[in-house]
Amino acid sequence: MRLLPRARRAAATGLLALLGAVLGANAALAELPVAITYLRAEVDRPPVLSNLDPVPDDLGIAGARVALADTQTTGSFLGHAYTLSVVSVPPGEDVLAAATAVLQSSRLVLIDAPTDTTLAIADLAQARDALLFNVASGAARLRSADCRANLLHTAPEDAARADALMQVLVARQWTDLVMLTGPNPADRDWAETLRASATKFGLTIRAEQAWTFDTDLRESTMEEIPRFTQGLPDHDVLLVADATDDFGRYVEHHTWLPRPVAGSDGMVPTAWSPVIEAWGAVQLQNRFRQAAARPMQGQDYAAWTAIRAIGEAVTRSNTADPASLRAYLLADGFQMDGFKGRGLSFRAWNGQMRQPIAVANARALISLAPLAGFLHQRNEMDTLGMDAPESACTAFGG
Amino acid sequence: MRTLALLASLAALPATAAEVWVTNEKDDTISVIDTATMEVTRTIPTGERPRGITFSKDFSRVYICASDSDTVQVMDPNTGEILHDLPSGEDPEQFVLAPDDIHLYIANEDDAVTTVVNTQTRQVVAQINVGIEPEGMAISPDGRTAITTSETTNMAHWIDTATNSIKANTLVDSRPRHAEFTGDGRQLWVSSEIGGTISVFNAEDQTPIGKIRFEIKGVNADLVQPVGFRFTPDGKTAFVALGPSNHVAVVNAETLEVESYILVGRRVWHMAFSPDATQLFTTNGVSGDVTVIDVASRTALKSIKVGRFPWGVAVRP
Repeated sequence: MRLLPRARRAAATGLLALLGAVLGANAALAELPVAITYLRAEVDRPPVLSNLDPVPDDLGIAGARVALADTQTTGSFLGHAYTLSVVSVPPGEDVLAAATAVLQSSRLVLIDAPTDTTLAIADLAQARDALLFNVASGAARLRSADCRANLLHTAPEDAARADALMQVLVARQWTDLVMLTGPNPADRDWAETLRASATKFGLTIRAEQAWTFDTDLRESTMEEIPRFTQGLPDHDVLLVADATDDFGRYVEHHTWLPRPVAGSDGMVPTAWSPVIEAWGAVQLQNRFRQAAARPMQGQDYAAWTAIRAIGEAVTRSNTADPASLRAYLLADGFQMDGFKGRGLSFRAWNGQMRQPIAVANARALISLAPLAGFLHQRNEMDTLGMDAPESACTAFGG
Repeated sequence: MRTLALLASLAALPATAAEVWVTNEKDDTISVIDTATMEVTRTIPTGERPRGITFSKDFSRVYICASDSDTVQVMDPNTGEILHDLPSGEDPEQFVLAPDDIHLYIANEDDAVTTVVNTQTRQVVAQINVGIEPEGMAISPDGRTAITTSETTNMAHWIDTATNSIKANTLVDSRPRHAEFTGDGRQLWVSSEIGGTISVFNAEDQTPIGKIRFEIKGVNADLVQPVGFRFTPDGKTAFVALGPSNHVAVVNAETLEVESYILVGRRVWHMAFSPDATQLFTTNGVSGDVTVIDVASRTALKSIKVGRFPWGVAVRP
C-alpha cells in the first residue's frame, strides 16, 4: 500500500484552504469531519496497438479530487470539513488487507477495482457499516444477484451504456448490425452485453466475426481490414467490441462497405466525454482540465459523482454517519446535478445511480440517452440498464 | 384564422414602440427587436459569448457580460459602439445594477467570486468569495443586500453591500440559476434548475416562506427546470421560464400557486417585459428565437427569429 504523494499534497492544501475559509467566514462553526478514501486496486493492463491514448495514472482519482474541491467550498460555508485520502495498491499486493486498514479510519470509500475485488471488499466485516461506492465496475452481477447493501454504484452498468447506444441506433433506424469481437474476456463480456441490448431494442445482429489479427496492423489497415470485413452480410452499422481499446480505432474508414462504426469506437456510449458542453458541463470540463491537465473521462465522472453525492447528503442532513447518508441518497426525491441536464438519483432496489448516458464520437455529442420516445413508468433513465423486475438483488429490501 | 391571429397581435401592440435587446451566446451578437414591427432591426457585434445584459437607469448605456472575453462591455445603445470595457473578473455570466445606478455586482462563473465594480471610476471595489459557479444575481430595492446564487454549491449568498461581505448563506435546491427580490423587497425568490423548484425566503431574516413546484401534463418531471423569472410591476404575478419543458409558468405571487403554463420556444431561458408590461419577451436558447407573450391573456403571440442561443434580454423604451 502506498499513499500517493500528490494526493497527500492536494489533501493538505485543500485542508489549509478550508481552514482559512471557515475561520474567515464563520469562526464559530463547529467542524464536522467527513473523511473519504479513494481505494484503488491497480491492474496490469494488456498491451494495446496504439500509444496514442494511454490510460491516465490518475484515472478516477482526478475526478475525485475535483469533486472534493467543489464540495469543500460548500463545506466551508457550513462547517463540514471534507478530506480525501488516496490509497493505491500495486498489482499482486494484498488489496483486502489494505481495504481493512482503510476502513479503520474512513467509513466512506470509493472503490476502483475489478468486480471480484470490489465484492470481496464489500464483504469484509469492517465494511459492514461503511458506505462504499463502486466507481469502476460495470458488471451486471454487482447490480443483481451479487448486490450488497453497503455498495452503491456511480459507475454505470455496462448494459446501460449498451442500451444508450441501441436507443440512438433505433432513433436513426439503423436496425441491421454486425459485430467484430476482440479476443479478451472483457471484449467477450462487452459483446454479450451489446448482443442482449440489441435484442432488447429489437435490432438484429446479422453476423459476428472474431478479431484474429496478431500482427501490428498500423501500416496495413488499408489492405487487411477491407478484406477482413468483405464477407459480412450487408448491415447499417458495424459494432466493435474492443473493451481494452486495442484495435477498434483501426476499423473505421477501412470497412468493405462504407458504414458507421459503433461500440468501442466511432459512436461510443459513455458516462462522460470531453465533448459534452451543454447543461453547464463546460464549467466542469474547465475545472477538471485545470486540475488534471487532461480531458475528463467516464471513470473520473463516476468518482466525481460519488463524492458529490456524499457532499449533497452531508450538506442536507448535517451528518457524516454512513447509514444516515445511505438512507438520504436512496430516499425518494433525492436529486443532484451532474451536468447532464437531468437530476441524478439512485435506484432504491440495487443502489445504482440513475444517469443519462452520452453517445458521442471523437468530436461531438451525438445524443444523450434516454432519447425522446423511450418511456418508462417511473423515470425515463430507467430505460437504461437493468430494471427492477430483471434484478435478482434483494439486499436493498426488494 | 390567420387574420384573427394577426388582428389579435396588432391589438396587443403597445402604443409606444420599444426595443428588445437579446444577447446571442453562440453568435457573439445582440439582436435588437423593434416592438412596433416585431422584427429584428439591428444585429450588433459584441465580445465573446454575451450573456447578461442590462441598461443604465436612463437607458443611455447598455452593459453586456462578454463571458469568454472576461469583461463587461459598455455600449452606446444608439450607435452600437463599445465605449469601454469594465474590469469584471474572469468569466462574467450575470450581473445586477445597484439602485444607485453606479455599482455592478457581477457573478464570475469560473472563479467562484462575486465582483463589485464602480461603473464611473471603472474600478473593482471588492471581490467576494462565494460558492462554486456563481450565477444568479439580485439586489434588494434598498440596495443593502446583494444576492449571488452558486450552481454547484446550491446556495444563495446574502451579501451586505455596506461591507461587501457575506452575512448569510441559505441552501436551496439543486443548481440555482436566478434570484429576484419582490418589488417591495420583502421576499427573495431563487429558482433551482435541477431541483425543479423556486424557493421563497423572507428577506428580513432569510427564513424560508415556501417553495413553488411545477407540473406540466405530458412533460417528464425532470425536464421541468425553472431558470429565469420576472414579477409583474404590480407584484401580483410571476412569470417563470421552465427551460427544456418549453413552457413559461404563470405564478400567483401571493398564494405561490401556479395558475397556468404557456408553450413557448425550445429551452426557454430568460425574459423581460415591455415598458408598459403588456408583453413579455422570452429567449429560447435551442430554437434560437424570442417568444412574445401577451401578459393579460397569458398567451403566446408570435416567435421572432434571432441569433444562435439567445440568452439574456433587456428592454429599453
